Amino acid sequence: MTETKLMKGNEALAEAAILAGCDAYFGYPITPQSEVLEYLAREMPVRGGVVLQAESEVASINMVYGAAGAGFRAMTSSSSPGISLMQECISYMAGAELPCLVVNVNRAGPGLGTIQPGQGDYFQSVKGGGHGDYKLIVLAPSSVQEMADHVFLGFDLADKYRNPVLLLSDGAIGQMMEKVQFHAYQPPRVDKSSWATIGKPKTRSRNYITSLFIQPEQMEQHNQKLEAKFRLMRENEVRFEEMNTTDAEYLFVAYGLSARICQKAMDISRAKGIKVGLLRPITLFPYPSKRLAELAPQLKLVLSVELNSGQMVEDVRLAVNGKVPVEFYGRMGGMMPTPESIAEHLETLIKYHHDN
Amino acid sequence: MTIEERSNIDIIQEKDNNIIGEPYETVYQKPGTLIDVDMHYCPGCYHSLVHKLLMEIIEEMDIQEQTIGVAPVGCSVFAYDYMDIDMQQAAHGRAAAVATGIKRLLPDKYVFTYQGDGDLAAIGIAETIHAINRGENILIVFINNAVYGMTSGQMAPTTLTGMQTTTSPAGRDTNIHGHPIKISELVAPLPGAFYVTRQAVNNANGVRRTKKALQNAFNYQRLKKGTCLVEIVGNCPSNWKMTPIECTGFVEEQMMKTFPVGDIKLPKAEDLKNLKEA
Repeated sequence: MTETKLMKGNEALAEAAILAGCDAYFGYPITPQSEVLEYLAREMPVRGGVVLQAESEVASINMVYGAAGAGFRAMTSSSSPGISLMQECISYMAGAELPCLVVNVNRAGPGLGTIQPGQGDYFQSVKGGGHGDYKLIVLAPSSVQEMADHVFLGFDLADKYRNPVLLLSDGAIGQMMEKVQFHAYQPPRVDKSSWATIGKPKTRSRNYITSLFIQPEQMEQHNQKLEAKFRLMRENEVRFEEMNTTDAEYLFVAYGLSARICQKAMDISRAKGIKVGLLRPITLFPYPSKRLAELAPQLKLVLSVELNSGQMVEDVRLAVNGKVPVEFYGRMGGMMPTPESIAEHLETLIKYHHDN
Repeated sequence: MTIEERSNIDIIQEKDNNIIGEPYETVYQKPGTLIDVDMHYCPGCYHSLVHKLLMEIIEEMDIQEQTIGVAPVGCSVFAYDYMDIDMQQAAHGRAAAVATGIKRLLPDKYVFTYQGDGDLAAIGIAETIHAINRGENILIVFINNAVYGMTSGQMAPTTLTGMQTTTSPAGRDTNIHGHPIKISELVAPLPGAFYVTRQAVNNANGVRRTKKALQNAFNYQRLKKGTCLVEIVGNCPSNWKMTPIECTGFVEEQMMKTFPVGDIKLPKAEDLKNLKEA
């Protein structure tokens, strides 16, 4: 039987990285995710693998670039300000088609902000973050179990698409302790010999990793190749969870920690006879737009609940395309909405939309 | 060379090709590891010469299969178009971090970066110093021509005092722009630095010495005792607005005053004891 452990989110993620066959981890301390670096600094030298504390997040992600370019499973983790520093190289990695796992344990911002949880990095995560046309697959765990599960999934998807995958967590999921199980896992066999730089034998032409295509025709061709990949992600990799949507007239849309709070809010509203459901995107890119569009006709109102000033709500609106009113509710700065306040806000909105 | 002279040579060569009998003895040819294409470098630029030296060494040491290079952002961003080895192109200044990532995973391979002064000494100085301070077992080839070449001649951290560039049109004023930074002297005291030398390819002797320094650095990498940095005083005919010959004069009379050539840190004799076995 698989053992059940009680672990912090960040530590479950670190343990999963080892079990997922992560060859190299490069990181830099920042609250609230330093446990990842600490755990791996302790465990990886014993259990095999490279772990290195870099001089900055900029260096960390560029070390990941080097290791990934040599064909290894490599990852880094940080929190919001550190992830901002990594954006340049993440763009390079998407351009050079290098697989890797980047973990953002989101804290509230902007600037140095606070070390408390936030979801203010939604736009940065799904709309680019760095320069140029590219996408990351963005996974949003809402439990310690998913902090672990998404590491395996993230590495596999990164290899499958030769693209960086971002695991977007937050300070609460990273810090809280829950039970977690690690299942047996065998990394899929991926042949990287056609591009990885491990030294050129006489029998093949040289491999080189680059995101530079100076001729506009070639650059556009490369852009189109990447776009085709992002299209495939949209077709194949949308993941979400639904609760109480069969009879729902109202819908909460929330990811990560917000979705946890919305579950309780849903119970409160349901007890009052309000037929509300929950859609929890697990992938923020690709986004479950199609499912939202399918649900729209049965709904009277959609409420996007986020720990920010209203970012994902724009994608919800794009998805339902005006077929149903979409409202936003959230707290910022590391503050958390209570389930009661969300349920209350829903009731206020229902009354407002009924009256108008 | 006039067109007339050029065509005369073509005619002679054509005749030579038709000679029946003993072929000429080959006394010199480009290394097979240097891809036989036209280079984008300006006429007279030292980059092509240093590329050739590196590829000669890789061929002579027979380490093509064991070598991974890292190209920077700058004029040598296309180094992978000329060097027939596996390579990675790094973001501006990050070559030493990228090389760290490669070398930590492939500790028995030869890993080198090839960087200019803007890349290494300005935007990438943190990555450079920390890689050396960790004693990463890599070779950093540092081409210092005191100017940003690719972006057409802006002031670099190594621009000489008083030297005119497009962003220091009145000449580098140390009160405003600070002083030219001497990277080799700066990093040599770090315990992680194993071998630091500054060379120049301004004449035949310099070319020989530079090749020897690069050979040493590749050999030392097997010892896994720290970082080797070979600085090579570069030139820039286009942005210095000089002929190649004038450039050589400038290198000798001006560049070498601020950046004197010679070994800055040599390995200890005891550290080299095992070089043959390694």
